[in-house]
Amino acid sequence: MKYAGLLVLPAGFFLAIAAIVLFSDPAQRAIFVVCGIAVEALGLAVAVRGHMQARGETHQ
Amino acid sequence: MIATQPPVLSDALFALTFALLLLAPLALAGVALINTGLGRSRSAAQALLGNIAIVAVTAIVFAVLGSALAGCLPGGGAHTFHLAGKPWSWLGAGPFLLGGLGAAPAHAQLATIFEFLAVAFAALIPWGSGADRWRLTAGCAAAALLAALVFPLEAHWIWGGGWLAQLGVNFSLGSGFLDPGGAATIHVLGGLTAMAVIWIAGPRRGKFPKEGFSTAMPGHNAAYVLFGCLVCLVGFMAWNVAGAILWLNAPLPALPVTALNTLLSASTALAATFIVTEVRFGKPDASLCANGWIAGLVASSASAALVSPAAALFIGLVAGIATPLLVELFELAVSVDDPSGAISVHGAAGLWGLLAAGFFAPQRGQFVAQLVGVATLLGVFLPLVYLLFWLLNRVVPFRVAPDGERIGMDLHELGGGAYPEFVIHRDESYR
Repeated sequence: MKYAGLLVLPAGFFLAIAAIVLFSDPAQRAIFVVCGIAVEALGLAVAVRGHMQARGETHQ
Repeated sequence: MIATQPPVLSDALFALTFALLLLAPLALAGVALINTGLGRSRSAAQALLGNIAIVAVTAIVFAVLGSALAGCLPGGGAHTFHLAGKPWSWLGAGPFLLGGLGAAPAHAQLATIFEFLAVAFAALIPWGSGADRWRLTAGCAAAALLAALVFPLEAHWIWGGGWLAQLGVNFSLGSGFLDPGGAATIHVLGGLTAMAVIWIAGPRRGKFPKEGFSTAMPGHNAAYVLFGCLVCLVGFMAWNVAGAILWLNAPLPALPVTALNTLLSASTALAATFIVTEVRFGKPDASLCANGWIAGLVASSASAALVSPAAALFIGLVAGIATPLLVELFELAVSVDDPSGAISVHGAAGLWGLLAAGFFAPQRGQFVAQLVGVATLLGVFLPLVYLLFWLLNRVVPFRVAPDGERIGMDLHELGGGAYPEFVIHRDESYR
């Protein structure tokens, strides 16, 4: 799950890049860049969740 | 490849910037003290030696390879591809081994010194997060990877005329991604690297017992930590003013405001953390107050040269409120064992500073440029660092052997302790 989350992070980055390349309207750009960061936040949450699960299995 | 021409510095600005760059290493000294003080006494010598070793390793590796990829010195241009009709400069192509440094323009020489200090700073940040279990060899190897590959890429994109710096020219996004004091290149990179180290090395033994809450493992020397905070103030003020000259071409009259904004941001951050911990725990917490102070400095490194003093006060206030709450959240809710609080103090505060700089900056489109920069930090550098460190961990294991953790990193790795006259007590946290 941690790796899945880490793979989602670049997807958010490419969404942000696509926004500045494809749109010229500042509002559209801003909305899509924010969406890219939201995707990254989701990926980060999944990665953190995966880290917690891994810790729960080992109990240091 | 395209060639980039640095701006010309007057003699007065050259002398001032050079003097500031000689003061900037005090920030590294402060962080070294904080990293050491927040660890345990039985790992203090290893922690402080690690800080020095990391500075040395990054200097060597960056001189040999990293400075060329960052494109510190002119002459080689930069590797560029074209997308949507715009040039995207993604990697520097300067001379290896600092060839031509003496003949380079003054701006390029000073920028090179700035980047040497920056890469050392970025590599020091995760060292505190891996305290008490991260092996010295592995820490140095990780610092070498950062200095050879990761930092040069980021420094070129942001400071070396790369595609993030060109967002303003190519896409009309303000002045492009702005990071004059290194909030992104140093602090967010350091914070994200700390997260990767913690994920790979795991928590300290006994930190998260099978049942109940996490075990408190307070730092062994609050005096080191708090004195380190004062030392950091000098370093950060020098760093932010030098960054404003080098990366924003700030004129002399703009520099006192930058220095003052740095102090104001740290001050409100400390006051906020003081009050938050007083309310939460009944008494102010020295370690968390130190974290708040540094978080204010970190947030200022993105914004001090770009905002008004009133905005600097607000930026520090938010950083100071958020930092103790985030430290608590990471430890109690997310099971992240981060002894120095680097993820909150450097990572989160750096991100906040970058966004605040865009929000308060007068240029149209600057906030979106800052958002793209933040998306790049999270979407490119966290996965890249995790991947590289995951591979490195296969070759040079990060975590010390269980016996080393039990007797302490000093005895295990160095054969002697920082405080040989201390009596070693049984560690009650081992269950």
